[in-house]
Amino acid sequence: MSSEAADTVVAARGLIKRYSGNAVVNGVDLTVRRGECFALLGPNGAGKTTTLRMLLGLTPPSAGRITVLGHDIPADARGMRRRAGVVPQFDNLDPDFTVAENLITYASFFGIPARAMRRRLPDLLAFAELTQRADAPLQALSGGMKRRLTLARTLVNDPELLVLDEPTTGLDPQARQHIWQRLHGLQREGRTLVLTTHYMEEAERLCDRAAVMDAGRIVACDAPAGLIRTHIEPHVVELRGEQARAWHERAPKADVRALRVEQVGETVLIYGRDRNTVLTRVEAVMGERYLYRPANLEDVFLKLTGRDLRD
Amino acid sequence: MSVRGILSTAPRLRPLRLLPVWRRNLRVWRKLMIPSLMGNFGEPVLYLLALGYGLGRLVGHVEGISYIAFLGSGIVCSSAMTGATFEALYSAFTRLTQQQTWAAMLNTPLEVDDVVAGEIAWAATKALLNSAAILVVAAALGLVAGWGALLILPVIFLAGLCFAGIAMIVTTVARSYDFFLYYFTLVMTPMLLLSGVFFPLGSLPPAVALGAQCLPLAQVVLLVRPLMIGHWPAHPILALGVIAAYTGASFWISAAIARRRLHS
Repeated sequence: MSSEAADTVVAARGLIKRYSGNAVVNGVDLTVRRGECFALLGPNGAGKTTTLRMLLGLTPPSAGRITVLGHDIPADARGMRRRAGVVPQFDNLDPDFTVAENLITYASFFGIPARAMRRRLPDLLAFAELTQRADAPLQALSGGMKRRLTLARTLVNDPELLVLDEPTTGLDPQARQHIWQRLHGLQREGRTLVLTTHYMEEAERLCDRAAVMDAGRIVACDAPAGLIRTHIEPHVVELRGEQARAWHERAPKADVRALRVEQVGETVLIYGRDRNTVLTRVEAVMGERYLYRPANLEDVFLKLTGRDLRD
Repeated sequence: MSVRGILSTAPRLRPLRLLPVWRRNLRVWRKLMIPSLMGNFGEPVLYLLALGYGLGRLVGHVEGISYIAFLGSGIVCSSAMTGATFEALYSAFTRLTQQQTWAAMLNTPLEVDDVVAGEIAWAATKALLNSAAILVVAAALGLVAGWGALLILPVIFLAGLCFAGIAMIVTTVARSYDFFLYYFTLVMTPMLLLSGVFFPLGSLPPAVALGAQCLPLAQVVLLVRPLMIGHWPAHPILALGVIAAYTGASFWISAAIARRRLHS
């Protein structure tokens, strides 16, 4: 095995998944290296979850080849899952059990005896900040606590790879920050993270590299900063509500060449290569009433996947 | 995929891996043991006492034994069927759909065949618990001939696997709980009435009685009834063979359907 192959945790080539002739994933190539945090971004229906399911061996690809942690998928998915942890999109904690029983039972599916698991319980409970609630029934936990428990549950087998499908969807900002901090910690321990998300801020903060998916294909893949550099002008002015209406009234008369203007819902986004050019031209129309910011991953996302609503 | 394509792969039975699935359900059951036993054991015992004494007074003796002894052995069998069926239908379906317990298991090294086998084994265990409790009541009423009746227990466990397997086919096909009504009306109730639980098969028209012999519950009754009164069953190998065949075929079919459902 070459050092590059040893360094590769996920390798997928030419992945296609068809449902009754309709390609949901349509030619995806992916490489994830050991120790990196990799994000799959994309609107609903882009094929992110289906791609993850194929990587985990939960559904066979219609075409293409997958290797995860050196195991052929789906042929040896079982061997791979022994060394991986999965955070599903929707919580599937066991409602019939307490916090501690959830961890012990889940570990038993990996063949880890209850006695060995009890020794590790304090660490896992501390990780989830649920030490005081070890014997609480699941119904007594908030959404954030359940998510933390789900994350702790994936660690019972000390996985090298974590696969997380929308790990923070539906959480409040505090709970989200908490999960991010935990994921950072897991990556520092040398684990590889593959996640999907709708939150561009999440991808920008957590991930070394991100792939933007749309309509079953990867349309761009790079470090977040690289994606921004390659795909979008660095300077952005954002106008909302009243300001956006004012722009629509006045801008056609003004000289706004050299600016790229996008409309997303009721917001007007104005992009430019040169900060001074952007600000002078916008000020000529708007005076002082505008919001300036550097370009971010959300701008890239909207540019690459379009502005239409997805269902 | 065609029906033949789905069924072409044999399920893999790995006892060590179905065990954690079985144990998970045991762990839950231990929390709800009292209400669970009340429901699954109380009702058949009431039937046994009410029908056994009430109807027994009118009927007198059947096939050479008191009606309550006749009915008692039948209810030991039928409660194995209902115990296994309810567990493999409603409880397993809840874990498959609402609770997503199966999905969580499939994110671990367990595979669909392990989960289906573990659920069937657990449902058979519940059948065994129910029937054993009723057997104890029957013994207290003096309806059990001797220690030889302990042979009923392995027969009941096999019967539990069989009824759980058949119910598991329905569970893996079902899209909602309502679907189970078809199974109760079209399969369970006719089988309960035609298997010699309440009256001997000989009372039926010969053609119907012959057809009824093909029902797994009828074969279970043919084994259990003589064992309970201290006799040896007439055709034990044949009866066990029929029950085992139903068990194997239903595991094969239900595992295949579950694999297609969960891996699509």
